[in-house]
Amino acid sequence: MKLLNCPLNGPRNIAEFAYGGELQAMPDPAKTDARQWAEHIFFPENEAGVVTEWWCHTATAYWFLARRNRLTDEIIQTFPASEVFKHRMEFAGKDGSEKP
Amino acid sequence: MAADNRLPPPYGLLIDRRKPIAFSFENRAFVGFAGDSIASALAANGQWLLSRSFKYHRPRGVLSMAGQDANVLVQVPGEPNALADRRRISEGLCALGQNYRGTLATDWLSLIDRFARFLPVGFYYKAFFRPRGAWEKWAPLLRKVAGLGTLDPNHRSEPHDKEYRFYDIAVVGGGPAGLAAALAAAEAGARVLLVEENPLLGGSLAYSRFDAEGRRGESLRQELIAKVEANANIDVLVEALCNGWFADNWLPVIKGRRLYKVRAAQVLLCVGALEQPAVFRNNDLPGLMLGSAAQRLIRLYGVRPGRKAVVLTGNSQGYGLALDLQEAGAAVPAIVDLRHEPPADEFTEAAKQRGIAVKPGHAVYEARAGGGRLAAVEVRRILGQGQCAEQGESIDCDLLCMAVGYTPTYQLSCQAGGQLSYDDDSAMFRIDGLPESVRVAGSVNGVWDLDAVLADARRAAGAAARALGKSGAAVPDPVADGGRSPNFPWPIFPHPKGKEFVDYDEDLQIADILNAVNDGYEHVQLMKRYSTCGMGPSQGRHSALAAARLTAAATGRTVAQTGVTTARPPFAAEQLAHNAGRSFYPVRRSSMHHRHIEAGAQMMQAGAWLRPAYYGPKGGQEAAVAAEALSVRGNLGMIDVSTLGGIEVRGTDAGEFLNRIYTYGFAKQPVGRGRYALLTNETGLIIDDGVACRLHERHYYVTATTGAVGRVCQAMLRWNAQWRLDVSIADATSAWCGLNLAGPNSRAVLQNLCDDLDLSAQAFPFMGVRESQVAGIPARLLRVGFVGELGYEIHAPQHCGEALWDAVMEAGKSHGIQPFGVEAQRVLRLEKGHIIVGQDTDAMTHPAEVGMGWAVSRKKPFFVGGRTLEELAKTPLKRVLAGFVVPDPEAPRPLEGHLLLDGQRMIGRVTSCSWSPTLQKSIGLAYVPPQAAKPGAELDIKASKGLRVRAEVAATPFYDPQGKRQEM
Repeated sequence: MKLLNCPLNGPRNIAEFAYGGELQAMPDPAKTDARQWAEHIFFPENEAGVVTEWWCHTATAYWFLARRNRLTDEIIQTFPASEVFKHRMEFAGKDGSEKP
Repeated sequence: MAADNRLPPPYGLLIDRRKPIAFSFENRAFVGFAGDSIASALAANGQWLLSRSFKYHRPRGVLSMAGQDANVLVQVPGEPNALADRRRISEGLCALGQNYRGTLATDWLSLIDRFARFLPVGFYYKAFFRPRGAWEKWAPLLRKVAGLGTLDPNHRSEPHDKEYRFYDIAVVGGGPAGLAAALAAAEAGARVLLVEENPLLGGSLAYSRFDAEGRRGESLRQELIAKVEANANIDVLVEALCNGWFADNWLPVIKGRRLYKVRAAQVLLCVGALEQPAVFRNNDLPGLMLGSAAQRLIRLYGVRPGRKAVVLTGNSQGYGLALDLQEAGAAVPAIVDLRHEPPADEFTEAAKQRGIAVKPGHAVYEARAGGGRLAAVEVRRILGQGQCAEQGESIDCDLLCMAVGYTPTYQLSCQAGGQLSYDDDSAMFRIDGLPESVRVAGSVNGVWDLDAVLADARRAAGAAARALGKSGAAVPDPVADGGRSPNFPWPIFPHPKGKEFVDYDEDLQIADILNAVNDGYEHVQLMKRYSTCGMGPSQGRHSALAAARLTAAATGRTVAQTGVTTARPPFAAEQLAHNAGRSFYPVRRSSMHHRHIEAGAQMMQAGAWLRPAYYGPKGGQEAAVAAEALSVRGNLGMIDVSTLGGIEVRGTDAGEFLNRIYTYGFAKQPVGRGRYALLTNETGLIIDDGVACRLHERHYYVTATTGAVGRVCQAMLRWNAQWRLDVSIADATSAWCGLNLAGPNSRAVLQNLCDDLDLSAQAFPFMGVRESQVAGIPARLLRVGFVGELGYEIHAPQHCGEALWDAVMEAGKSHGIQPFGVEAQRVLRLEKGHIIVGQDTDAMTHPAEVGMGWAVSRKKPFFVGGRTLEELAKTPLKRVLAGFVVPDPEAPRPLEGHLLLDGQRMIGRVTSCSWSPTLQKSIGLAYVPPQAAKPGAELDIKASKGLRVRAEVAATPFYDPQGKRQEM
């Protein structure tokens, strides 16, 4: 059984985790045309190499990020999502105005 | 019968001569000693024939004496394929041979041996399938002949269990390297587990010869064992098999009926090497065995393996073996040395001094049988690789020991990611490329000289301890390995008449390997599958090296390029009972469960939960469901809704968070109101629905469907890991129980239970939510209308379930309250045209298809799925969910999944259909093409048994379309 080092709970059996796909920056939906949006939704990079992925420790419902080599299944690093998502995310309105 | 092959003490480390044990083999009585294996006790009594080979039914006996080969598979009561050289005898044990017709000694199927040329490699791919239908006739016959041993269909497995262990360092193998490594690791401060497959620690120290005197092994063994036993940092498991390597050093260790699940930060594989047979004609006769097997018989079991022994060797260990045999009372007429110029060392000198004849540059070309056992060997001069002189010399003997080389026990290393390479100089495989937490030491690492082995073990242990952060651990430099490689590069001698066995398990000869290559299966993996080489019980442990050498030579590649086939776990056969476990399908019961049982409910599985399907006797479903539904419509019913998911969303951004998660607008939702909440994913598809209740400006209580709440909560947490809104999200499903009190009389009954809550329509309107007390129990009350009548969902702390149930039942008694189950609820919601996510939606359903466009806000700057729904809104609908009725009350009722046809073309499918006791007809929901969705349009449904049912599209809700009843 593979181990995954949860930033919150330490090393745990991989069976305690759920995979959440690769980390992708979401384009601004208000400024993205249909084709770009479809690319974002349906065509993950799926790179054969080192990829940053979402993982969830299901017992504690904790989401975090892991850098994993998909060719060797080596988990290089795990870290809290807050290291990438540092600030409150806002979405622009349809008219382009920032939401208060 | 006297055990006339038994040697006096100190021979026989494993046996206790004070405890004789009687057993039988092939219905003949034998007596051995406690500690004897079946094979050793039989050998002591002169019984060498143990089994019949798989294909040609050739007589077979001891090969490795280490539990590594298939020659020793015997039947014991209730268990086929027991290893006779490992299984210990017990009083009264009845062991039998396997795979024969007649008797083990006279197996009439051995005639197959004479027809071997008609059974070429891959014959079963080439025969039996022509003419058409031939296989059906052949199969029963072949099945009878194939397979080993018999199963006991009445066998009952004894309890097997599991134990979890965690260590700093796991050392696999308790030979000289393993003992030294465990000691060095423990002395560096690590917690160590030492796993040894055999009953005795020490490995080769216990039976092999490390000096001409033959003393060093045993004294070193005792010294190391004493130190290991005295060290509190070392746990030892003997007779325990590490049967595989799994990711991150997860090791399954099997000992008896227990499977140890071991996790170690570092693993040291000190698993040694497997001695390999030479390949020549009749190299499988009983009386031929590996040199180490003869030594094990002598030292471990006190059994003289023969009276007149020839040693075939390619290394100096063979000379040590000859000394052992001679000391054990066997005559040694010759050492046949494959090397033309054997180098002089203490072993060769000692053999010379004792007058043992040495035949350098010679090979055993053929073995000859007499009386079912080896009687003589034909020894010839070697002219070139695999080539012998035309004439030779016959030497009478009853034992031939083969000491021509080893293969490292690479299986676990390769499972850990190690790569095998082949070194032409040493004619041996090497293991490289292991992960940082796995190390090899000792002979598995290609180190042979005893001092070098001990140093190699200390080096590996020191490096492992360092990796654990024990910086003080010593990592000694490697000691130069004075020992030469024990491998002779080409101990393979073809014979025109064949029967030079490469693989004993599958009876494969040199020609079989070469023919497989000639048939085009040049890759070693293909050669294996076509010829079955290495696919028998011993998994190529004694055939992989020779097969690789032969394949390499036949294809003009090097052995390194040829390689060996993948060695997957398990290393050895293991009982299924070790893999089995207690079945673990947790069932969730609501806190009102016992009340349902008392009320006569028939329970059904709903996800992980048990829920009442209906109340009443089995078989009375239709009537019970109708009565329950009508009670709700006309009077009063109640249903346990504890299984409903509940999520608490709290924080200053709670409204903003719900606005982003669900499709509808929530920011302006007043406190004390609930709102239908539809959840889509990024691709705009419906994944759940529920009700979002605003209990406070900064607190929502959101319901979710029973099966999806976990997923929904997970999705919420993941989104907020990105959004960083000020909310906390908690799945509170198991904190709350609930029941839905529904029906026109629900208000009157509930009012009796609520002292400080005004239930009037003005004070507590439809879709209102209140926090209050019901019969003194703190509760959240939701005026929602899933079943379409005036009703109240009462959510209370989980532990109050029975009290709440009892209070409501008692209060409703005078009104004739009727509990209703999931089936009635399904009918009631269908009458209202409410969808069930997962039943009326599939993995392609978006809101507009199910008439939920109203629940999707177009004003919000963002919500999950919003951008995709914008695009979907621009494309015409491909299907819509429409209601239908079956006008003919006699027509068979369509079921979920039945198809809608237009002629022969499928145009849709039914998602829900029930008999409506209120409307007195079958009603349902179905996906239909948009143009077919007009009320009154005819639908052609293909129901069970192909019967066609005429249905009509009908507007939904079927019942109370204005929704007046739930808003009373």
